[in-house]
Amino acid sequence: MEALSKIVKAAADAATGDEKNIAAAGSAGFAYGLAAIGPGIGIGMIFGSAIEAMARQPEAAGMVRTTMFLGVAFTEALALIGFVVVILLKYA
Amino acid sequence: MIINSILSFEFPPINELLRWRDVVPGLNKVGLIAIASALIGTLIFLSAARKDPKVAPKGTRNLAEVIVEFIENNIIMQTMGRDGLGWTPFLLTLFLFVYLCNVPGIIPFIQMPATARMAIPMFLAVLVWVVFNAQGIRHQGPIGYFKNLMFPPGVPKALYILITPIELISTVIIRPFSLAVRLFANMLAGHLLLVIFALLSEALFQARDRILIPIGIFPFFMLVFLTGFEVLVAFLQAYIFTILAAVYIAGAVHPEH
Repeated sequence: MEALSKIVKAAADAATGDEKNIAAAGSAGFAYGLAAIGPGIGIGMIFGSAIEAMARQPEAAGMVRTTMFLGVAFTEALALIGFVVVILLKYA
Repeated sequence: MIINSILSFEFPPINELLRWRDVVPGLNKVGLIAIASALIGTLIFLSAARKDPKVAPKGTRNLAEVIVEFIENNIIMQTMGRDGLGWTPFLLTLFLFVYLCNVPGIIPFIQMPATARMAIPMFLAVLVWVVFNAQGIRHQGPIGYFKNLMFPPGVPKALYILITPIELISTVIIRPFSLAVRLFANMLAGHLLLVIFALLSEALFQARDRILIPIGIFPFFMLVFLTGFEVLVAFLQAYIFTILAAVYIAGAVHPEH
């Protein structure tokens, strides 16, 4: 229970502490969360369609897999650029 | 900040995680990993090439053949077709170098992917950019290449106002940039994740409050899981980098009609 009281105390300290840092950290996390929504949906759709295609036509699995990775690479780039921007926001 | 006061746990500044002191004058850990991966790749293929071709392959030669077949069947045949088989040496070198630079991220006591610094992905992306543009100019001529690039055939005339700048920017600027950033950010993100969970589980295992020690199992499991995941990512990123290089080169050599 000592830990719990410490958490409460630290939270109270943080609220009066350097608010700018907290705001920066919070908004950096928020920014990455926003950047991850679209690519997350996109990658899910790519994999779903690829699985469907492979199940319907197993002989085309090789080609489908290559194309799937290409699509994933292009979609994923957006989320990764978000990650890089967050790193730059936070540390640069 | 909240964690700091309970665990005496402080996340190190990012420069401490990525900037290494020079091991040898002028060469830090990242440089040494890059040199080592270049040497290891070369040595594998040199020792494989020296074996007698008449006897059944074994050892390093088997390994080398598996890598070559993987590049030929899974990368070149899928993207460039039979004509692209001449590109095997270039793409094989690219794949092997990127993979061997990625893998130290999960090797214990090294634990730093060389591709998590921007220099190596950037250089490789610029190399790929130069190669595919030069191939396009060689195969289609300078005028033909840029004409196919900026005015793709089969598009209504009015749309060229929109398509020409988009195609030009995407090919000349976005392609090398995204190629480099994809590899770099993936490896950096993996490295940071491993660092975060390793530090958190260490801090929890050494906590002063006894009640916190069993909680340390959760970040530790996450660490083990993520290390396994990084094995996959190291391979997948090398594969994606190579396959994109192959797609770009194939697009420049054989334009759409």
